[in-house]
Amino acid sequence: MYTYSEYDDAYVRRRVAEFSQQIGRRIDGSLTEDEFKPLRLMNGLYLQLHAYMLRVAIPYGTLDSAKMDQLAYIAEKWDKGYGHFTTRQNIQYNWPKLPDVPAILEALADVGMHAIQTSGNTIRNVTADHFAGAAADEIEDPRPVAELLRQWSTDHPEFQFMPRKFKIAITGSPNDRAVTKAHDIGLRMVRNEAGEPGFEVLVGGGLGRTPMIGQVINPFLPKADLLPYCEAIVSVWNTLGRRDNKYKARIKITVAENGMDTFRALVEERFAEIRPEFTGVDQEILAAIEKEFAAPAFRNAPAEAYDAAYGADPVFRSWADTNLAEHRIDGYAIVTISLKAHGQTPGDATADQMRVMADLARRYGHDELRISHEQNVILPHVHKSDLPVIHAELLRAGLATANVGLISDIIACPGMDYCALATARSIPVAEQIATRFDELKLEHEIGEIKIKISGCINACGHHHVGHIGILGLDRAGVENYQITLGGDGTETAAVGERTGPGFAYDEIVPAIETIIRTYLKERESAEERFLDCYRRVGINPFKLALYGEDAKGRARAA
Amino acid sequence: MARAFTPKVVTANDLIEGDVIYLTEQDQWTRQHTEAELIEDEAHAQLRLLFANGQQAKVVGAYLADAKAGPDGPEPVHFREAFRAKGPSNYAHGKQETRA
Repeated sequence: MYTYSEYDDAYVRRRVAEFSQQIGRRIDGSLTEDEFKPLRLMNGLYLQLHAYMLRVAIPYGTLDSAKMDQLAYIAEKWDKGYGHFTTRQNIQYNWPKLPDVPAILEALADVGMHAIQTSGNTIRNVTADHFAGAAADEIEDPRPVAELLRQWSTDHPEFQFMPRKFKIAITGSPNDRAVTKAHDIGLRMVRNEAGEPGFEVLVGGGLGRTPMIGQVINPFLPKADLLPYCEAIVSVWNTLGRRDNKYKARIKITVAENGMDTFRALVEERFAEIRPEFTGVDQEILAAIEKEFAAPAFRNAPAEAYDAAYGADPVFRSWADTNLAEHRIDGYAIVTISLKAHGQTPGDATADQMRVMADLARRYGHDELRISHEQNVILPHVHKSDLPVIHAELLRAGLATANVGLISDIIACPGMDYCALATARSIPVAEQIATRFDELKLEHEIGEIKIKISGCINACGHHHVGHIGILGLDRAGVENYQITLGGDGTETAAVGERTGPGFAYDEIVPAIETIIRTYLKERESAEERFLDCYRRVGINPFKLALYGEDAKGRARAA
Repeated sequence: MARAFTPKVVTANDLIEGDVIYLTEQDQWTRQHTEAELIEDEAHAQLRLLFANGQQAKVVGAYLADAKAGPDGPEPVHFREAFRAKGPSNYAHGKQETRA
């Protein structure tokens, strides 16, 4: 894992000192809110519905136990004993007080973390496949490149005042777990005919009010060209992107308005101009970073303890079936720790739970943890013989929910319980859906399904790419929830289609149940996933079930 | 004829804690919606908002929110204001803690 150089440490501490003074000047009245707001946003500090919110970057979702322990310490000392993990693999503290923020940032700097560029019209935290370095299907660990992008984009003088925010995601696997097609730039590692690894570069994806799937701007970019090529893309957009209308400012609109061919030609032109300036220093830095991401010393040991527990303990077996993924090394597994206990807030972990996860990583997980965009925590490298002990400790900490990839493993944004932008609540809807299907004992029968909930059109909850997406809106002063079906955030990405009119707060859970019962009736076999069934039968059976005979005419006409 | 004026309260967030606050008739800031001044006149509402905006060292983002009279004092009209007045629904945090 990357550790801060002296340069990184000095830079972060300089920013802490600078922002601490700015907070001091705000509190003593020397700065007005209008003057202070852009300064606090540059440092990840929002003012939300009930309190300030500090968004801390977790670069490409990678942590070690010392960082996780420090996040727990901060939650306990300056917040209310918990933190909220987000769809950008970050953590948010919902209750910091303004005078405490300098101390929090100092505590973060002590473990090589910060909140810089987690807001504002800058390049945000680069997200990556949460199974990076561990996945069986991976070409290469994409995190060294993600770290290079982080260093390049942090405080990049050209990219501090862009038309809008800018998000980059990267994966080293053909199975896309990083939603790369819904990002401003998506990077998918591929091999060329000579077998060399490089990147398929996508641009212009995004969710929000105008959801779009990213398009390929370059089918194979050699690794050595990555920084100048990304710089060319951001640079062209920074010049061309619309600053007159924030709803048309993102690169997806720039690409759509100018056409991919024109946009690509401009990028190629800019790339040709700046490529010679990249004299290879970036590749030297990358080589040094790659050394820091060397694979851990994997063990070769018998896994009988795992087989015995799997055979004897049905609770362990159920958890192993849902929460483990295939590791590239024999005898190892990737553990997903669900932060989606039924009826609880998706993505929240208490300080005690954070410490349990940190401790497990330290003792059994080569000291590595990941945050997934699906708001869970991953132990990427666990020997199978250690799984029964890990499961027992997770059970004690309330962290052994066996539901990864199932109906209660819901992404939900903070919604109107916290967010100043929200138009409706998300968290209680997620809690109620999870509780309902747990009561029905249908979760495992339903199988793989992704429900994603956003509390406003900005789509932090990724609802457009949920198999079932839920969007909370304010309709004439009442919460109203629109449903979309058939969204997909993987390599076969698709934007979901709206079923029709929305549902009131007390109607949305029954509506989801109707959709699920329709799926169970329509599917050809238990093996046919919700998404596959939806793709086969289309939206009409679901519309009919939701809206009754009234929908028939509309369904036919559609 | 001009449209009837919907009564208002002046609300903002506290600079230090970020908590939701309301302006009282006595020019003080309270954490309780029911203790807010219910403003029934548009011109007076603008004056009160001006006063609030002059309190930069105490408050952030003052604005006028629709409200109505209730048995214990002003009550919010829109659900967003109701959530602001109450606190989050997933934990008894914020105002729900201080009240308990």
